Amino acid sequence: MHDKTIRRRRAVLLGLVVGSLLLLTAYFGESAGGGLHAVQRGVSGVLSPVQEGASRALKPVRDGVGWVGDTFAAKGENEQLTADLAQARQIKADVNALTRENVELRRMLDMNERLQIQDMGLVPARVISRSPNVINQVIKINRGSSDGVRPGQPVVTGSGLVGTVDTVGSNFSVVKLVTDADFGAGAKVSEGGVTGVVRPAAGAPRELRMDYTEATDDVRKGATLVTSGTSDPRFPSPFPPDVLIGKVTEVEDPGSDSQVIHVRPFVDVRDVNFVEVITRMQPGRS
Amino acid sequence: MHPIVLLILRLAAIGVLAVVLQVSAVSQLTIFGTNADVIPLVVAFVGLLAGSVNAAAFGFAVGIFIDTALVGTLGLSSLVYVALGYGAGRLRELRDPQSSLVPLALGAGASAAAAFGFALMQFLLGAEAPVSFELIRQLVVATLVSTLLALPVYAGVRRGLLSVLPDDPRRRRRRAYTTGGMSPLSRS
Repeated sequence: MHDKTIRRRRAVLLGLVVGSLLLLTAYFGESAGGGLHAVQRGVSGVLSPVQEGASRALKPVRDGVGWVGDTFAAKGENEQLTADLAQARQIKADVNALTRENVELRRMLDMNERLQIQDMGLVPARVISRSPNVINQVIKINRGSSDGVRPGQPVVTGSGLVGTVDTVGSNFSVVKLVTDADFGAGAKVSEGGVTGVVRPAAGAPRELRMDYTEATDDVRKGATLVTSGTSDPRFPSPFPPDVLIGKVTEVEDPGSDSQVIHVRPFVDVRDVNFVEVITRMQPGRS
Repeated sequence: MHPIVLLILRLAAIGVLAVVLQVSAVSQLTIFGTNADVIPLVVAFVGLLAGSVNAAAFGFAVGIFIDTALVGTLGLSSLVYVALGYGAGRLRELRDPQSSLVPLALGAGASAAAAFGFALMQFLLGAEAPVSFELIRQLVVATLVSTLLALPVYAGVRRGLLSVLPDDPRRRRRRAYTTGGMSPLSRS
């Protein structure tokens, strides 16, 4: 009985294996239009609607499982996109900074051409720090005595006058800004030629005022102030002429000897990144 | 109705349901970049519950069915599943493992054996598929994913077959213990 069971089992196994091999051999041996292929196509054709129906019926199940998988995938994707976004923000910030620098440098070149100061020993410098003090308004630049920078030399940007060199190290300089309490410069109104002295306005750190004008001087709101300067070697000026200083915002007591002219500087001293130090006031001479 | 006929009808229903589910749903789900295959699991669990001869015949029929449904190489799946079902059935007949982790281990083994069997058959039939790291990774991941489905598939197959099995070892043993008799297996 036991042997019979074993023999039967082995016979069934052998039969199934041989059947499979026969099917394989016959399937491979015949052409695409052969009997087995035709039967397969026919059965498959009959099964197709069943498969289609089952596929539609099980779509919610697939969608449900797919949703779970998508959620996990989305979580990983979210982390990746967050990292990409941070990188893109950094790139955007870099591009914005480069764009601002480009604008500043272009303005500087334009100013150099306009004022014809290319031969005045211009030393370009980068601002490396700013004083947080509203009274002692200075910036530090990365050029010093080894680059020909000396105390008292004017510092400009494309937007106008920045200040003068105050302290010099071998590889750095401290620039006293136009808004510093100790700053002063000869100025004139570009539209009418009225002259005076520009100083910081007491109590208004971001504002200038023009003094030493006469009662007959007609200065209007909106007028542009530039450095008066001089190229006369007998009376050397620390600033070249016609460097932009600021715009008149208000005139107090106009037409009197005590008239006060309020000026807003063109240079936003909090947002200066590049400057030029004019190291030679006379072209070709140091 | 004769118990053998009932068993055949149940196996046929399980086979059709498994193939339809596999073709229409499971194979269309991508999990960890691969697809699960429940057919090797079903064949192996039929072997574990119904014996080697039944499982071999079941594997043969399911193989033909799936090759026909997917218009594959006729006989290829049958050959692999016959070996798989017979091996799982012999495991039950020779060892009769009782641990609750057997379905999990058998599911992993069956998935890996089926993957290896199909790869071997394709190689023997001349398919030009270079053995790459990616291919091996896919096989390993597919085996792991299929293993995750082992327990629910085993529960389903067992539920489908339990009432028609002529000689379920666990029920037989439980019956023997509760009536104070010795297990037939312990006597043999």
